[in-house]
Amino acid sequence: MKNRSLSFWLFLTPTLVALALVVFIPAIMGIFYSFTNWDGLGYTEMLGFKNYITLFHNSGFLAALWFTVKFVIVTVILLNVIGLGLALLVTQKFKGSNLLRTVFFMPNLIGGLILGFIWQFIFTEAFDALGKAFHMAWLTGWLTDGKTGFWGLVIVTVWQMSGYIMIIYIAYLQNIPSEVIEAAEMDGASPWQRFVHITFPMIAPAFTVCMFLTLSNGFKIYDQNLSLTNGGPYKSTEMLAMNIVNTAYSENNFALAEAKALIFFLIVAAISLLQVYYNRKREVDL
Amino acid sequence: MKKTSRFFLGIFGLILGIIWIFPFYMILTNSFKTPKGIFASVLSLPTNGTTANYGNSFKALDFMNSLGHSLLITVISVLIIVFFSSMAAYALQRNKSKLSGALLMLFVSAMLIPFQTVMIPLTANFGHVHMLNMWGLMFMYLGFDASLSIFLYQGTMGSIPIAMDESAELEGANRFQIFFKIIFPMLTPITVTVGILNIIAIWNDYLLPSLVLPQNQYTIPLQMFFFFGEYTKQWHLALAGLTLSIIPVILFYIFAQRYIIKGVTDGAVK
Repeated sequence: MKNRSLSFWLFLTPTLVALALVVFIPAIMGIFYSFTNWDGLGYTEMLGFKNYITLFHNSGFLAALWFTVKFVIVTVILLNVIGLGLALLVTQKFKGSNLLRTVFFMPNLIGGLILGFIWQFIFTEAFDALGKAFHMAWLTGWLTDGKTGFWGLVIVTVWQMSGYIMIIYIAYLQNIPSEVIEAAEMDGASPWQRFVHITFPMIAPAFTVCMFLTLSNGFKIYDQNLSLTNGGPYKSTEMLAMNIVNTAYSENNFALAEAKALIFFLIVAAISLLQVYYNRKREVDL
Repeated sequence: MKKTSRFFLGIFGLILGIIWIFPFYMILTNSFKTPKGIFASVLSLPTNGTTANYGNSFKALDFMNSLGHSLLITVISVLIIVFFSSMAAYALQRNKSKLSGALLMLFVSAMLIPFQTVMIPLTANFGHVHMLNMWGLMFMYLGFDASLSIFLYQGTMGSIPIAMDESAELEGANRFQIFFKIIFPMLTPITVTVGILNIIAIWNDYLLPSLVLPQNQYTIPLQMFFFFGEYTKQWHLALAGLTLSIIPVILFYIFAQRYIIKGVTDGAVK
């Protein structure tokens, strides 16, 4: 198809128009508004970097950023360790391994909002009952402070996404030729040696994919945050995405919300690009 | 592997599986209890079980309507996305110019922009033209989800030899006929992948529809959120509602499991 041909543009126009109207034009408008005192309808003056100064002082943004960074570090590690662990488990041949795969993956299909509500019941009611039955005080009072709220969010995310990460690792594990493993076995390599020297290097590309997914998903989480803790108590579990949404729609401070959203975009984009670049460089090409 | 170690792996897997299922088990058993029953014992099986919670939450959730909206929005949006993004990917893949390379980069770079960056101007603009409804929402899904879909389509399109296009052209077919009669049918596996990924994302989406849909067009997640606000801590109703809301997903999973797992893997790996 030639550039100038009519069909080339007929085929492309609908998606290009949608992309422009839904993503690029609003994004450019948003960036512009973040330098004004926009109230959602119009603006009266240019503020320069005033919104950006405000967001780094006393706007809840830094607290939400710090909370989110801690959350992302913990979930990236747990999701990759548990996801790979589950993948290694269900690729062994034993009765019920296929059923287990199904079970581990299932939470991933249910929306974050519904899952957050389900776990709210588990943390507040079921944990409480378990704590009383087995006299374990640490199981009671969940989601009533920032600390249990944090771990609650971690548990929900790990429970939801481990199956997803598992599926990706499985895809790479199945690509390892069985002759390689068998040859190592013949040479007397222990299961641990086989894992470290063969399996691990051969699934290196899976790390690129999984790190990227868990990192950017972690930063973007909103639904689970809303239904599990709603940022509470006293904003102690408010994550970045929620902080932006609340600044816009609870406090009606649209220009400040746009400034926050732009910083949010820069963080997410930088991490995504860096991660892909870094991991591509060290992948073992076998 | 030795028989004993296989046995212990099985046991270990079983324990993990039970832990994974535990939340579902808890909401299911408690959804059949009265408020008193839940208060008395969360962990036991329902003693004087009741199904009244289901009838009540079915009504309070306006379940048939919200299910209908969820289905309508998901199905039409996914059809629109598959139709237009496959066409766009075809145009980009069959045109080997700098322009098409640049356009593909444009689509891919859109994936880096988080929703929060665009949501306020987007809803303001669509509000001006009175498109804050399910039709506006479907158009927005095309804008948000076309990028990944185009990316997946054009990756596969390369394996279809251009000779297919050329021979059809010699027989007098135009571009639309070539694409829809010859190329599109050959893309079925990736169409299934694109469809599955978008179905999951759109069915479960909360934030965008909550900003766009009027209350008489609420989907299941929106209705669920509204319901929780109305019936705070009335767990007997809430749990029945939650169980109802995940039934369609479980049915979908049972019938399309193979395709779902393949689709999700392709979407992440490619």
